[in-house]
Amino acid sequence: MSGLKKFLLLRPDLLKQINKTNSMLNRYETVFIVTPVLSDTQMKEAVLKFKHVITEEGGKVVHEEDWGLRKLAYPIQKKSTGFYYLIEFESEGKAIEKLELEYRRDERVIRFLTMKMDKYSVTYAEKKRSQKKAEKKVED
Amino acid sequence: MSTNQSEIRYLTPPTVEVKKKKYCRFKKNRIKYVDYKDPEFLKKFLNEQGKILPRRLTGTSLKFQRKVATAIKRSRHLAFLPYVTDMLK
Repeated sequence: MSGLKKFLLLRPDLLKQINKTNSMLNRYETVFIVTPVLSDTQMKEAVLKFKHVITEEGGKVVHEEDWGLRKLAYPIQKKSTGFYYLIEFESEGKAIEKLELEYRRDERVIRFLTMKMDKYSVTYAEKKRSQKKAEKKVED
Repeated sequence: MSTNQSEIRYLTPPTVEVKKKKYCRFKKNRIKYVDYKDPEFLKKFLNEQGKILPRRLTGTSLKFQRKVATAIKRSRHLAFLPYVTDMLK
């Protein structure tokens, strides 16, 4: 072990790589639909709760989007509208199980989807964000 | 023989169909990722009943047909697109 440690001291680049593989951070994107019967503050409360779940598991929120009240393509639990919310985050894979368990337990959430992002979707999302920023700047 | 053939006259000139080659729009436009959050785009791959169109009609390559299919299924799950409908377009 000490030999390995000495070796790693000589090669800090290798050490970095090992640390990287030990804490495998994946990027995920999660969208959930909250019932429309809630007030705005209640809705924000729900969002905060799920963000807290992510950060508690060692995740980091990269980006979030509030799409507000949207019409559903078909009724879910006899409701035709819902609040959409998107969170993009980085975390370890085991955090997803906890997050989805919280989704299932929460009666306010009527639908959710978590997706692991590959390199193409990450670049796509970043491109979309930068485009939006540019549009905002033009408007200002 | 050759003179005989040239004498054949058609009442209606035969229409020679020029087949337009189908192409994969993802490969042509270098789109790498199919977004499930964009129902308007995904509607191009559905018929009026909301069913996924086959590759032979849209010309999409196999690689992207798979991606389109998963994107549509995700989109349906999140109620961006309907599972069953009539007169989608």
